[in-house]
Amino acid sequence: MTGPLYEVFVRAKRGLNHVHVGSLHAADDAMALRNARDVYTRRNEGVSIWVVRADAITASSPDEKEPLFDPAGDKVYRHPTFYEVGDVPHL
Amino acid sequence: MDDLERQFEETVARHDRIEPRDWMPEGYRRTLVRQIAQHAHSEVIGMQPEGAWITRAPSLRRKQVLLAKVQDEAGHGLYLYSAAETLGVTRDELEARLMSGAQKYSSIFNYPTPSYADVGTIGWLVDGAAICNQVPLCRTSYGPYGRAMVRICKEESFHQRQGFELLMTMMRGTDEQRAMVQESVDRFWKPALMMFGPPDAESPNTARSMAWGIKRHTNDELRARFVEMTAPQAEALGVTLPGNDVDWDELKRVVSGDGPCNAERLAHRQQAHDDGAWVREAASR
Repeated sequence: MTGPLYEVFVRAKRGLNHVHVGSLHAADDAMALRNARDVYTRRNEGVSIWVVRADAITASSPDEKEPLFDPAGDKVYRHPTFYEVGDVPHL
Repeated sequence: MDDLERQFEETVARHDRIEPRDWMPEGYRRTLVRQIAQHAHSEVIGMQPEGAWITRAPSLRRKQVLLAKVQDEAGHGLYLYSAAETLGVTRDELEARLMSGAQKYSSIFNYPTPSYADVGTIGWLVDGAAICNQVPLCRTSYGPYGRAMVRICKEESFHQRQGFELLMTMMRGTDEQRAMVQESVDRFWKPALMMFGPPDAESPNTARSMAWGIKRHTNDELRARFVEMTAPQAEALGVTLPGNDVDWDELKRVVSGDGPCNAERLAHRQQAHDDGAWVREAASR
């Protein structure tokens, strides 16, 4: 298959986010969109498609998982359940 | 009515969402930009009254909590500015309209926070009122705004509970601490009721916004719901809520710029913006 790799995002219905569903190769943006429609939405999977060239995406590296995400681990006070308020309604 | 307009009206009528690439009436776009920007500005300006207490919070735990909360407000501002940008305005334009006074932020942030108990009261009452306002907005007709609100509401729950817990801790303390809590609640109760906006009879945009599905309830409906939810919480806490008779002229004065802290809030925002000039310059190279 020729052409650059594209990542495909589909919005399942109005009101929801576009969600990554897969990728494909295409010669240009228009073909990527057309092919994404054929490959990923044959059974009413969506109402809107985004295609983005994979080389336009900057991704974090799996090696960075710990420095990036571990610091949130001990910040339990960011969650509502950290606060003991007893049996008070609507809180 | 042409086909585009009919399509728009039908989408809204079946409580479906409008997305950025859809056609929309100019008035709908304008109303959304105004409302989302005002909301974003409120998050950003809203960092100030509590931020002032970060260095003076009485323990490391309270400092961590407050810092995390103020950090969330900054994040909420960013979610909302991004949602506004899908409507074809830039963040610079919105920032400029905030500073010129062309766009407003919530009147509540123009009240001072002279007491540490205010940190708790803001969490309980101000964030409580905000949650009341914002939960229905998760179902607002404009997709990006609704999705931003879903994230925000999830985080606001921590804000309200940490405030209530702080007040509860103070209420278990000394008489002086209990008096501090009551005094703070006395000052914030009516301004919190004003957060829902003027009474329905004086809110000319409400009907249009509801027909468009931007708002789901009227100001007075939400205000009543807030009072109803808060009353048992006040009882559990052991504080007395002042009456619900609000001076609506006060709201008008504060919104139009003549509140206790309006000038201070904008001056501080301008200072922060100016102090960040070197960062923007470095980032644009």
